[in-house]
Amino acid sequence: MEVWVSILLSICAASTPLLLAATGELVVERSGVLNLGVEGMMIIGAVTAFSVAQASGSVYGGAGAAIFAGAAFSLLFAFLTLTLVANQVATGLALTILGLGLSGMIGESFVGLPGLKLDAVAIPGLSGLPVVGPFFNQDPLFYTSIVLVVAVAWFLFQTKAGLTLRAVGDSHDSAHALGINVIAVRYFAIMFGGACAGLAGAYLSLVVVPQWTEGMTAGRGWIALALVVFASWRPWRVLLGAYLFGAITIAQFHAQATDASEFSHLPQWLFAIIAWATSLPAQFLTSLPYLATIVVLVLIAGNRRLTMINTPASLGKSFVPDR
Amino acid sequence: MILQLEKRPQASPLLSVLSPLLALLLTAAAGLIMFAILGKAPFSALYTYFIEPLTDPWMREQILVKATPLILIAVGLSICFRSSNWNIGAEGQYLMGGLFGAMLPVYFYELQSSLLLPAMLLMGMLGGALYAFVPAILKARFNTNEILSSLMLVYVAQQLVDWVVRGPWRDPGGFGFPGTRSFNESATLPKLWQYGDAHWGAVLAIVSALIMWFVLSKTLQGFKVTVIGTSPRAGRFAGFSAGRLTVVAFLVSGALAGLAGIGEVAGSVGKLDDKLSLGYGFSAIIVAFLGRLNPLGIVAAGLVLALSYIGGEAAQISLGISDRATRVFQGLLLFFVLACDTLIHYKISLTGLRQQKSQGAAG
Repeated sequence: MEVWVSILLSICAASTPLLLAATGELVVERSGVLNLGVEGMMIIGAVTAFSVAQASGSVYGGAGAAIFAGAAFSLLFAFLTLTLVANQVATGLALTILGLGLSGMIGESFVGLPGLKLDAVAIPGLSGLPVVGPFFNQDPLFYTSIVLVVAVAWFLFQTKAGLTLRAVGDSHDSAHALGINVIAVRYFAIMFGGACAGLAGAYLSLVVVPQWTEGMTAGRGWIALALVVFASWRPWRVLLGAYLFGAITIAQFHAQATDASEFSHLPQWLFAIIAWATSLPAQFLTSLPYLATIVVLVLIAGNRRLTMINTPASLGKSFVPDR
Repeated sequence: MILQLEKRPQASPLLSVLSPLLALLLTAAAGLIMFAILGKAPFSALYTYFIEPLTDPWMREQILVKATPLILIAVGLSICFRSSNWNIGAEGQYLMGGLFGAMLPVYFYELQSSLLLPAMLLMGMLGGALYAFVPAILKARFNTNEILSSLMLVYVAQQLVDWVVRGPWRDPGGFGFPGTRSFNESATLPKLWQYGDAHWGAVLAIVSALIMWFVLSKTLQGFKVTVIGTSPRAGRFAGFSAGRLTVVAFLVSGALAGLAGIGEVAGSVGKLDDKLSLGYGFSAIIVAFLGRLNPLGIVAAGLVLALSYIGGEAAQISLGISDRATRVFQGLLLFFVLACDTLIHYKISLTGLRQQKSQGAAG
């Protein structure tokens, strides 16, 4: 029992950064913009959170600074793609390349330093419950990620502003003709995505591994992008997808560290699978989340009806207002 | 004040040449600011980065060595990006090229044959092409996003190379260090001149750029690439198959990235080890855009990026500037290139808000 609770808690920790970043990107893509710079914004968030927490001694200060840094960094992308109508794919890549380089330079002096860890906060009343209690005694960013999904789902589908944002994403020309300021809506959406990615980065350097390592995002920003496609642009499915990927990550992690003989009491077929998985070289298991991403993308894209209905129709297209 | 864009009736030919140069100038200006922030003398740092390597014959040769894989990969990317096939997994294709090419000298270590080297190069191209075929066929057949699938395969390739050089292919006499045995002379690319580092890969890079330039600008196939890339609808009406082009573009691009990989393994290093993945596949994206997706422009752009690598090493040694600054430079350069490209298609003017409002009322 204890073991399973700790495994489930580690799945929460692996899923939360994916969920934060993917929820932000979902809003960006719903407004019709494809920002491939999630990985770059995330790592800028990670290095900012670590360094500000070091300097100020406050982990919350670090997390707040990461939100700000992610949003500020995303403005670079917004200015290029919205104001200068540069190609979104190329500019997103540029944001990732610059973010990885810049974070490496900023964080050079922090390598190897012990970081500050964001402590768990118990929710009064709920954390004392049997069985489910531990899930209400986690770090505040975990709660934030869940609240964020609820808030985004409500915003997109229950508010007028959310409807406006989706209209911009589905047909920027019609939205413009209705007097909506397409560019302004997209600026806000991109900054929201940047803030979320920054917070996701902060989660990595303040909770998952409280230290700074160069390139510590390790492709999570890209997986978050894939999750948005997987979720066919629906917030609740992002939650599902993020936890699915978190589970895969933890499963491969445990398979690398486990002695198969511990599981000999399990049914024979299950034991055989575990024995086989643990005998694989570590590199194969590490590849698993990336391979799973590809498989999921293929399955989702193969279902054309599903993707056609939900894909924001203006996704990735540049918009130049005619005066 | 607000920026306003006005579409030019035609792309400005003058600015298409000037925009990469302008981007370089802006990057240099940003570099001055960056060095000042880092507390280094800005102008002498910039000199160490971009001028000093050109004055030294040894460094000039290193630039050529560095530019070789960048040019090879970026030439392949030009056909992909022109046809809107976003292959950003060139790093993985480069690694697989190195892995496939190294297979021959690893398994037939004693083999001495003049055919060995050409066979290795072909194997490298095959490895890269096969690896690029995966995202291509997934896109053409299942409509899968090629950006994400090609990128995910980079991480997989890194793990695969890591496994072979630590596991089955590790040199038994290598004191446990990851890496294969050093190849025999018949399995290494000859140097261009005695006592030098530059190898025949550089020639392959130039030749492939020339061939690609010819194909893209002088043949019907090249025209198809442009049509499908700029207007997929027009391409369909003309009866060009976008799916087939996707596969072809990825195969060509993968093969060239694979050639770059085996070129590094057989030319520069002489064995397969765990340090093959240096991010050339990503830097080549910058090279491709800086060269404006023109293979001849890419040759020049590849040399510029290689200069930034070598200058970065020099600045690290003589001025103590972190080698990470090089990557920041490269990232900034791509931003400025993309920003300056806007000038080619649009006229930019600054308008005051009040003026804009009065225009709106009049119109």
